[in-house]
Amino acid sequence: MNSSKYDSFGERLFDVFNYLFLTLFALVTVLPFVYIIAGSFATEIELIQRKFFLFPRNPSLSAYQYIFSSDTLFRSIGNSVIITVFGTLTNLVFTLSMAYALSRRDLMGRNFVMNLVIFSMLFSGGMIPGYLVVKELGLLNTYGAVILPGAISAFNLIVIKNFFQNLPPGLEEAARIDGCSDIGVLWRIVLPLSKPIIATFGLFYAVGHWNNFFSAMMFLNDSKMWPLQVMLREIVMLSQVAVGDLSAFDPEFVEPPDQAVKMAVIVVGTVPILLVYPFLQKHFAKGVLLGSIKG
Amino acid sequence: MDTTINHQADMTDLDSRPSAALPKRRKSKWAKIKKDYWLYILLFPGLAYFIIFKYLPMWGIVIAFQDFSPFLGVLKSNWVGVKHFVNFFNNPDFVRLLRNTLILGFYDLVFFFPAPIIAALLLNEIRVGIFKRAVQTMIYVPHFISMVIVASMTYVFLTTNGGVVNEIIYELSGQRINFLADPAWFRPLIILQIMWKETGWGTIIFLAALASVDVEQYEAAIVDGASRFQRLWHITLPAISSTIVILLILRLGNFLDTGFEQIFLMTNSLNRSVADVFDTYVYQVGIRQGAFSYSTAVGLFKSVVGIILIYGSNYFAKKFGHEGII
Repeated sequence: MNSSKYDSFGERLFDVFNYLFLTLFALVTVLPFVYIIAGSFATEIELIQRKFFLFPRNPSLSAYQYIFSSDTLFRSIGNSVIITVFGTLTNLVFTLSMAYALSRRDLMGRNFVMNLVIFSMLFSGGMIPGYLVVKELGLLNTYGAVILPGAISAFNLIVIKNFFQNLPPGLEEAARIDGCSDIGVLWRIVLPLSKPIIATFGLFYAVGHWNNFFSAMMFLNDSKMWPLQVMLREIVMLSQVAVGDLSAFDPEFVEPPDQAVKMAVIVVGTVPILLVYPFLQKHFAKGVLLGSIKG
Repeated sequence: MDTTINHQADMTDLDSRPSAALPKRRKSKWAKIKKDYWLYILLFPGLAYFIIFKYLPMWGIVIAFQDFSPFLGVLKSNWVGVKHFVNFFNNPDFVRLLRNTLILGFYDLVFFFPAPIIAALLLNEIRVGIFKRAVQTMIYVPHFISMVIVASMTYVFLTTNGGVVNEIIYELSGQRINFLADPAWFRPLIILQIMWKETGWGTIIFLAALASVDVEQYEAAIVDGASRFQRLWHITLPAISSTIVILLILRLGNFLDTGFEQIFLMTNSLNRSVADVFDTYVYQVGIRQGAFSYSTAVGLFKSVVGIILIYGSNYFAKKFGHEGII
């Protein structure tokens, strides 16, 4: 679409700068991660002398040995995994069942419920009434407090509802003629047809749970229940928690530099996201664009 | 077998001739609800969720007009009218919060809002597919990284205690800059963080709009002798202008929604004077200090202004001939 033989000198110059600029943009995005990973394997001397580097010269595992020497980090990773798994399952059950019911145009009361959902996107009770509801339900200091208040994203609900509505109606009718009930149609026809969209939104919800910081900080007072994000802040930003246990090592063990320890903790928090990133990238653009369809 | 036939009959009734087939309306309503009972069972958990976690808190807003005490509950607490609102507007904190919020919102609009548009336009000019895809793959990554990690990385990079940025600055100039505690650096840091995290992701929606532009338009423009910048101005930009307007409405509607988690994470005792915004104030005063009614009033003020902004910007967008969002 941009045929080059017509380009003037100025336009070619623009191209050169454009490639340079976008390369720089990509590097600025990626290099901080590379440096954090490299630094987590570095020794004190290397961090001080070389400052910025992308490959450590004498890679050392001591920062990782140190952060995994006590159960502080293990426990918070376990908490994050529990919250992510059960949170995502809750999200999917709540969102898919409600979306399917609302996708049926003949359902009485459908418009009323849809209006309730849409209004909740425009106006909310705010932080304090929300906190008080969770407190009154007795959910403080339980995983329920970080899972249930976000069980359905109204936005995701509407996107999935629209997707269900646009499934070919013939299959559903055929199933019904064969004696399928509503729940049978959902289970045997609609959900199998919706596997890609379920995977997409499941991943979105899961990433949200893994990354969730604020509600965990607000609702979980017991540090034994903290997920990784809350623990990460305590260790890296507030320097409040000694993540490792030096008494677990030989006297000869060289204590890893403080900076390397912090970088290693950041790597632990980032790697799971980077591992699912290829899947995210495959699906996310679809998710964003689905959302832009008005319905 | 019996039910199957009934179902089929119901469906044809509903689809083609609802009123003729169902003479008694009242009876038919019950019949419909009975027929759809599985659907109502499926609807129930979600509906309960919205009522408990969305609408119950909205009802809870009444405590903004009370001296709410958790022991007495909402029904027995004393009503005090708009006392908390008056207190808030007379409090010097109000001006400080409003100022901080507006300045951050303004910076966000001026520096962050155009960034994805510019990046998408630049990406759109790239002709080498593999380069374009490689850049896209890299710049989308930070969107999925948590704010805690972004803030933690900022701390590790910028600390005066061996952070790489400060070490390099020290090497060059002989002194260190306390980015994390200096109030003058707070706003630039917030904007830079959000640009780093979300610019790439923000390009997706514009690139999709650009992909739908008919190639023939460009070809015709080339035949007519239009330069690349003329093509950009007359074809590419108009193609994304409605997307820009819609996102601008959304942004103006959320003008007061400064990234709460981000600001909370980057705030410390030294930069609090420029960092406090409505949300962090509500958290601090409400949850930390237990002033539930007062902080609910502050939150309500923010929500009401927010909804006015959404409807206001929507109204103006429609007035100027664009499609609105509501």
